[in-house]
Amino acid sequence: MSIAWNAFTPASALIGGAIIGAAAALFAVLNGRIAGVSGILGGLARPQAGDVSWRIAFVAGLIAAPLAWGLLAALPEIRVDANYFALAAAGLLVGVGTRYGGGCTSGHGVCGVSRLSPRSIAATLAFMAAGFATVYVVRHLIGS
Amino acid sequence: MYTAASFAAGFVFGLGLLVAGMANPVKVLGFLDLAGAWDPSLALVMAGAVAVGAGAFAFMKKRTRTLLGAPVLLPGARRIDKRLVLGSLVFGVGWGLAGICPGPALVLAGTGSAKGLVFLAAMIVGNLAFEFFEKKKRAASDPAQMQSS
Repeated sequence: MSIAWNAFTPASALIGGAIIGAAAALFAVLNGRIAGVSGILGGLARPQAGDVSWRIAFVAGLIAAPLAWGLLAALPEIRVDANYFALAAAGLLVGVGTRYGGGCTSGHGVCGVSRLSPRSIAATLAFMAAGFATVYVVRHLIGS
Repeated sequence: MYTAASFAAGFVFGLGLLVAGMANPVKVLGFLDLAGAWDPSLALVMAGAVAVGAGAFAFMKKRTRTLLGAPVLLPGARRIDKRLVLGSLVFGVGWGLAGICPGPALVLAGTGSAKGLVFLAAMIVGNLAFEFFEKKKRAASDPAQMQSS
């Protein structure tokens, strides 16, 4: 392992992380729910009366963030290297896996770890391990 | 109020993802590439988020109502089962392939990125597939329900 010091952005990472934490805190304190994006979005695939508008509002907030940002300033660098086939496969795996796993980076990784939930810590270890392994296979076994 | 607070939380969450670099798949993959030139930034994103979030969740732990008077619906399950671990492993493989998880997928879609939209569409298909399998499973475990539907 070598550390990519030129790519390392400790200040924006910590500040951005704190803003993410603040959003999760706001949602817990006001709405009494876990700010878990996969669960909020996935719940729309099984719509139930009285359970739809807050989900759409949260999703709309996430989509509106780059739109509002773009009105005021240039968006930060966003680069997607994966091709369309890989993106479609990845999207499917993320869509199915997060629902069976009951959460993703936000619900388990941020909220669950903040609450010291054993389930969320196990889930976070599992998806991080799988993420590390997948990138290793794609970049260093197949790609080399 | 409840819906407005939900929008605000999603919006702030999205801004945080943009500031943190989580909405940039190349940066996420740089974090997941332990064997390459490793970018540790996202570990600090997690640390920053947990440091702020932990206080709020501790505050909510004993409460039954939120500051808006809504019921507290924080999960209480503690059991680590096969479904949780296998699902999370599958998610991790998808995350590692593209460098995109659900929050950033929505932010990317908001930037109008065609690649982001393809990922999001596939993710929604995955959500629908999950609901389809769950419905089939429920019907199989309850034959009466299957006959009626």
